[in-house]
Order: sequence, then structure tokens, then C-alpha cells
Amino acid sequence: MTFSPELEARFAKLLNSYPPGRQRSAVVPMLLYAQDEIGCVTQELVEEVAHRCGVTALQVDEVIGYYSMLHRKPLGKYHVQICTNIACQAVGAEDLWAHACKNLQLGNKEVSPDGLISLEEVECIGACAWAPAIQINYDFHHQVTPEKFDRLMQALADRTYSARPS
Amino acid sequence: MRYNEPSPLEQMIISYRFDLPNPASIDTYLANDGYVAIKKVLGMTPEAIIDELKVSSLRGRGGAGFPTGMKWSFVPRNTGKPTYVICNSDESEPGTCKDRLLMENDPHQLIEGMLIAGWTIKSNKGYIFIRGEYRYLIDIVDRAIAEAYQRGYLGKNILGSGWDFDLYTHTGAGAYECGEESALLESLEGKRGIPRLKPPFPAVVGAFQSPTILNNCETYSAIPWIFRNGGAAYAALGTPKNGGTRLVCVSGHVNKPGVYELPMGFNLLRIVNEVCGGVRNGKKLKAIIPGGSSSPVLRADECDIPYDFDSLAKAKTMAGSGGVVVLDEDTDIVAVALRTIKFYAHESCGWCIPCREGTNWLKKILSRYHEGFGDESDIDLIAELANNMLGRTFCALGDAAAMPTAGFVAKFRNEFEDYLKKSPRFQPAPELAVV
Repeated sequence: MTFSPELEARFAKLLNSYPPGRQRSAVVPMLLYAQDEIGCVTQELVEEVAHRCGVTALQVDEVIGYYSMLHRKPLGKYHVQICTNIACQAVGAEDLWAHACKNLQLGNKEVSPDGLISLEEVECIGACAWAPAIQINYDFHHQVTPEKFDRLMQALADRTYSARPS
Repeated sequence: MRYNEPSPLEQMIISYRFDLPNPASIDTYLANDGYVAIKKVLGMTPEAIIDELKVSSLRGRGGAGFPTGMKWSFVPRNTGKPTYVICNSDESEPGTCKDRLLMENDPHQLIEGMLIAGWTIKSNKGYIFIRGEYRYLIDIVDRAIAEAYQRGYLGKNILGSGWDFDLYTHTGAGAYECGEESALLESLEGKRGIPRLKPPFPAVVGAFQSPTILNNCETYSAIPWIFRNGGAAYAALGTPKNGGTRLVCVSGHVNKPGVYELPMGFNLLRIVNEVCGGVRNGKKLKAIIPGGSSSPVLRADECDIPYDFDSLAKAKTMAGSGGVVVLDEDTDIVAVALRTIKFYAHESCGWCIPCREGTNWLKKILSRYHEGFGDESDIDLIAELANNMLGRTFCALGDAAAMPTAGFVAKFRNEFEDYLKKSPRFQPAPELAVV
């Protein structure tokens, strides 16, 4: 498997950062960074990461189910993650979640038919004081009202969304 | 950047650079007391460094509040093995959002804190474990690390001391459990993040089977100030045995939620009423979850206490990670208890049976209760089940799930009982006549 030059550089740096013989440490970061580039964790990726880290494919395989950010199936181009944990719940995240499911016609971990948007109910994402919070891919959006959410989704559909934390 | 207006009541000693232009750059840091402490520390012996930390009464900001100086003193220095310095920035405790600000706005302060730890145990390698969701912070911290290498604060022969120290970032990939120190080490080694049997503690057998200093991001960030101004000055800011300040993350039903740096021992009610502008919409306070979702809830009448580790422990709860969730009079406590246990059921790693099964059963019972199909015996069943999980697991996640659940039932039993009155009770199916 070949990756973009930036990712290859990142991998080289990563493998170098652990003590000699401890390259297994790079398994989780490698899977996550590679998933961002190719969309999901494929069997081919599992074998590639195993080869590069000097472990068996099984040793790579076993961590995938553990980490909730690793996915075996492709997500949407924009992965919309809504936190409903207590701090967000207190200020209306459950209504926001219901609103999102209804408007996007998607359930938890479902992908829209055009592959543009996927939706996930997530646990605390570390934006409690600025709740309710969502993440679109890795961008934080704070104090998201249903109206603000609709504007964001419209921007995704119109391809006018710009990825900046707010 | 800050995401909320600072309060005039704040005492900023680790967050004062947040408002400067371009706060994450090394030039801003160097112009504002940056890398002063490490120069001083390079002339100190490990014993002197640890003594200074003990004087400061700095306690771990990740949740347990263990004295940092004592933790460092447990690291053996003559094993012949390499040693490691690790920062826990896995910040996943619901209600907590402080490490994010520290890494976004002042990554060099964290790097300097880790350098001081590195010098103390003559370690040559450090890792900053950042949760996967904080991808933009990995870029910021990587940039800061590169700047520090360029200026000679990391790498070979740091400031002419003959000592080498390399620092790297490491990403998690979505697991609350990896905030527990031994699970974090497993994850760092490329495995599933399941906790290790303790002892041996990470200070003795930590990363890669070697002695390790492992502290929270905020703990490291406080260390440069301590060595610039002295441990005694730091201790004087707080209450006895609870030195310094801490970043308190206030969320929920308040007018001005946000992250505020307050001296240890600041009154909890004053945090709500004065720092955060009171409960929003003129409502009355019902309860406060004082230290992240793992801490047992406090009723409004119990909230007039100093916010520090010992005072909250005396109130049978904990200051934990500093996540204060404020709940107003309209809050449905059963719904909060259910959401809390759903979280722990989702995050339980499955290693210990009391936690794996207990969280799931609590989730099932509370879901049924919340739907309106509970009965009176369920209230005691929830409390009993929670109490049977306590102390019976490898790591604190089982306790973290059981304590708040038992707390909700104990403190708000009346609300659980009221739920029975308004709920559609279970109706047995009508008996059909035998024909």
C-alpha cells in the first residue's frame, strides 16, 4: 500500500519516536492517520500496518474493536458527531440529537446514501463549557442550536462549509 | 484562543498567557517567563526538585489528586533501565475541557513542565498522549515541539547541560478508559487499553516496563510557575495540602459557563453565583456534579464548601478533574443518572466482570425506570448493584460508574419515588380465558 508523501513522512517520524523494538506502539496512531486518508480500516490496511510495525495482523486487528474512532466501514465525507453527555444534555443536546436524526433522516452511525454525511452520537468530546457541542470530522462547533446545526448541514450540502473550529 | 470571557475573580498563574497575541508560539512564551524555570532546575538535584514540589503541595489534576512530589519520589533512579515522562492529555471525563485550552494556548508551558520531570529522573524520552478527537491540538503541540528543538530546549545537550531529551506526541483513538494511567500505557504500547494490575505502579514499572513519571497535562503546566516563584508561594495560593490554583470547567445551567482559573479552596457556591453569573433564567439550583461525571452529586444545600480535594472528600464526593456540572431545579435527575451510566457502560473496557456486567445492568434497569416501567424495589436494587461494584475492579472505572449512581439514588431518592407516581406502571397482560 502507498500513502500520500505527507502521511509517509508522518509514519516515518512515528516509527522513529518509540524505543528500539517497540514499534508496536505506532499501531493505533497509524491506523487512525491512515483511516483519515483512505476512509476506513480495510483488511489491506491492517496487513500493511502489521507489516510496518513488525507485528501480526491479528495484533492489529484486535485493537480496532476497542477504539471507537476506528471504523471498518467508510464514514460519510463529513462525519457529524453530536455529544449528548451530561454537560451537553443539560443544555439541550438530546433535542439536538433528535432534530439531527429527523432532519438528516439518519440514525446512529448511519451514512447518507450519497456518502456525504454520517451521523454519530458520541461521548464527551471536551467542549463541556461551550455546550452543546458537535464535531464535524475534527472541527469543533460550540453552542450549537438546532438553527445553527441546520445552517452547518446546509453548508455541507452546498459544499460551502469551511473547516474551522468555532 | 479562549472560548469564554475571563472572570475578574480568576487568579491566573498558568492561564495568563492565553490572552496574549499568538499565545502558542515560542517567542510569546520566551517573552513571558518562558523556559526560565528549566534553567534554574538544571542546577538542582533531584532531591531538591522533589522537595520543592512537596513544599508546593501540588496535587495531580487528573482526578485522584495524588501529591505530585511524592509520585515523583517513587521513581527508582538506579535500575539501569531507561525512564520515561508521559503526559496524560486524554481528557475524556465528562464535564472537563481544560487540557484542551492548555495545549491550544500554551503548549510550551507543558513542554517545560515535562522537561523538569525529565531532568529530575534523567529521562531521555517523553510522550504527550493526546486523545484522538483533539487532532488540531496534535498539530499545535507538534509545532511547539519543533520550535523547542530549533531553540535548543529539546534534543541533544539541552542548554549545555549534557542531558538529552526527546519529546513526541502520541494519539489515542477514542477510549475514555485510556485516561486511566495503566490503560494509557497499554494503549501507548499499541494494545487495547485495558488496565494493569497494580502494584507495581507506573512509577516503578510503567511505559515499556520501565520507571515512568505520568501526570496530567494541567499538573505539568503548573510546574514551571512553581520553580520560578517557589513552592511556598504556590502552596500559599490554595488551602493546606491543596496548593495553587486549578482550572475549573463549569458547564450546565449557569449564565456564564466556561473554564476559570481559581485558587484551590474557592467556595463552590461562589463559583456558580459570582464567577459564572448564577443559575440561568433565574432558576434555583438543584444540584452540582463537582468533579466530572465520576463524582457523586451534591444537593444544593451541600454546595457551600471550599472547592479543593480534601473538602470535597469530606463531603463524600471528589474534586476529580475539575469538571463542575451545574443542574437547575427543572433537571430530571433520573435522566442524568441514566445518561451517566450509559456513558460508563459504553466505555467499560470489559476486562473486569463487575464493571462490564454491572454498568450494563445499571443501564438496563435505569432505562426501564426512565421509560416508566420501574417499581419500588428497583430503587434499592440500583443502589445495591452500584455498591457491589465498588472496589472490585482493576481500575477506577467501575468505581467511577458506581459512585455517582449510588449518589443520585441516595441524594435524590424522592425524585426516584416521584417517578413511580407519574409513570405508566407495568400492566400484566390480561389473563385469557381457557377455552
